[in-house]
Amino acid sequence: MSTIETYRDQFRTHAASLPGAGLPWMDELRAAGLDRFSKGGFPTQRNEAWKFTSLRPLEKVTFALAQDGAADSVPVDLIPSVMPVGEAAHRLVFVDGRFRRDLSNMAGLPEGVRLEPLADTLARDPEVVAEHLGRTATLDGHPLLALNLAFLTDGVLLRLAKGVTVETPIELVFIGTGAAVGPVSWHPRILILAEENSEATVVEHHVGLDGAVYFSNVASEVVVGRGARLHHYKMQREGTTAFHLATVTARLARDASYDTFVLNLGAALSRHEARSVLDGTGVECRISGAYAVRGQQHTDITTLIDHAKPRCTSREVVKGVIDDQARAVFQGKIIVRPDAQKTDGYQLNRALLLSDQAEIDSKPELEIYADDVKCSHGATAGELDDAQLFYLRARGIPLEAARGLLIAAYLDEAVDEIRHETVREHFRGRVHAWLEAR
Amino acid sequence: MALLEIRNLHATVDDKPILKGIDLTINPGEVHAIMGPNGSGKSTLSYVLAGREGYEVTEGSVLFDGVDLLELEPEERAAAGLFLAFQYPVEIPGVTNATFLKEALNAIRKSKGEKELDAMQFLKLIRQKAAQLNMTDEMIKRAVNVGFSGGEKKRNEALQMAVLQPKLAILDETDSGLDIDALKIVAEGVNALRGPERSLLVITHYQRLLDYIVPDVVHVLAHGRIQRTGGKDLALELERNGYGEFGANEAA
Ligand SMILES: Nc1ncnc2c1ncn2[C@@H]1O[C@H](COP(=O)(O)OP(=O)(O)O)[C@@H](O)[C@H]1O
Ligand SMILES: [Mg+2]
Repeated sequence: MSTIETYRDQFRTHAASLPGAGLPWMDELRAAGLDRFSKGGFPTQRNEAWKFTSLRPLEKVTFALAQDGAADSVPVDLIPSVMPVGEAAHRLVFVDGRFRRDLSNMAGLPEGVRLEPLADTLARDPEVVAEHLGRTATLDGHPLLALNLAFLTDGVLLRLAKGVTVETPIELVFIGTGAAVGPVSWHPRILILAEENSEATVVEHHVGLDGAVYFSNVASEVVVGRGARLHHYKMQREGTTAFHLATVTARLARDASYDTFVLNLGAALSRHEARSVLDGTGVECRISGAYAVRGQQHTDITTLIDHAKPRCTSREVVKGVIDDQARAVFQGKIIVRPDAQKTDGYQLNRALLLSDQAEIDSKPELEIYADDVKCSHGATAGELDDAQLFYLRARGIPLEAARGLLIAAYLDEAVDEIRHETVREHFRGRVHAWLEAR
Repeated sequence: MALLEIRNLHATVDDKPILKGIDLTINPGEVHAIMGPNGSGKSTLSYVLAGREGYEVTEGSVLFDGVDLLELEPEERAAAGLFLAFQYPVEIPGVTNATFLKEALNAIRKSKGEKELDAMQFLKLIRQKAAQLNMTDEMIKRAVNVGFSGGEKKRNEALQMAVLQPKLAILDETDSGLDIDALKIVAEGVNALRGPERSLLVITHYQRLLDYIVPDVVHVLAHGRIQRTGGKDLALELERNGYGEFGANEAA
């Protein structure tokens, strides 16, 4: 059976039991998603946006939809969190794609904050979903979003009412355990709606056991309203045999601030695609990230920052370390529309190659249609600096330790882009753990 | 036994011969100065001794404290007690001076079988050494040499030397970029380390530094060889007459 047939077949089997089944608009959306995916299946490298990332290894595996109840009782003894041990975080936990109420904590949120699994919303209050699902994440040219829509199993609804501030980070945790027999897939949809002048910090953790074969296809839709401030951080530490493909689309209204950071450490194959439309004046958008990969890992950060209105600022700093035969991809496109005068855009991409066989493909793209703008971008790739290494060694620091210090410094600098101190320290700790495992 | 014994040392950089037969013996406790015109090979000699890649020894030998120095990795040379104060100290963004010094000191202690210092012990030590060199806590917390003025970088080299307590310190143009007050502070720091067990090799272009760190022996290096050796008066003579008599490529 072809890949497309396999997915169509699964759809026939499961459609009736997926959340929201029977709601006509939802059924229609799913069918549209399936149709769109069926037109070409997974993107190939002939597709410009996927030029450097091949999904062939993903196509070769047949994944069952995470559906049975096996994951509902898998014991989980350590739930990743940026919070100090013992301090409660607001969080939703998903194990092998299934929501785990017993591990989640939605209590104690300020009034005006709605945080729940999306399947609950679809069951009790489907209008909210109808209003937002697929609005920011349109399907044009997006087979993965289409696939996510067709198979949308569960996900998150986070809604911040006008003017509400949440101090404690809200954590969204996705754990892959490999408890199911054979490879499984899940397609969570995360809807984040930050209304006027609200503020919150969202931290996603995607973790998994090494050796578990699974495919996590995450689609996030983010709406940041007028003057709202959303800090959105993501830690990707999937297991070594996992596939992680995430697409985040964001629409930012006037004076909104959207501050994001992604750290890619895990998965055999991962891609984080972030597209933001700066859709009002005075928006501040930060799309930054770091990665550290080794072995045969492949990681891809692809971004689109669309300056649609005047006087917006965007900043993008992506740095990574590539060891062994690992490969990394960075594609960063900035569009400045004719209307977007006084745009201030900054993009920096740096890669540190630790072995002769490590590889980086970097493609910055600026499309500027306005004349009064300030846009700069830079891309560098290189090895550790010999002069710095010698200096450290001349002071008695052994070669490997000297390399470790320089690599840590390099990644720390990237992680410093994270404004939230607690989150920054947590991410820094993860980077250092990665180094220690070298 | 001599601390450092260089015999007929030849070295090339990019296949270009730079050192062409250096002989130099330094005994414990002695202070030697090497003076010479720009481009004569002074820094090359210091890099060869410290073990920098790209500086290839083609002939000769170097014994340090009885062992074949040329066989050792740079970090092993440091652990054996060799220290090079760089002419151009390297900036290392993202690594604080404190981390750097702690890693260095503990690596050296470990290789000698000594106990590593914990954070408190280390902090106490480094504060005390820094104070002697008029360095602030803030400079200790900053990234290594990043944003340091020329003089601050040289003081930072002196601080590292004070913390690591080498047997032989090679100071490569430690005076360049220093005003007279900074020069005095650095020289004081260096002199504080002088003792019967510690030797210095002071590389300089000018005689000025030698007013403050008074050498036992002065050598003149030109064209990759030691052309003359004398007492501290030789430095004064060079100051008066320049390096002309050595056919020096002063402008090179
Ligand atoms: N890394 C290098 N690559 C090429 N040539 C070098 C390098 N370092 C030094 N040299 C050459 O070696 C000679 C000696 O330089 P150096 O040892 O720096 O002299 P000094 O320190 O006495 O001024 C000079 O001709 C210089 O150009
Ligand atoms: Mg020199």
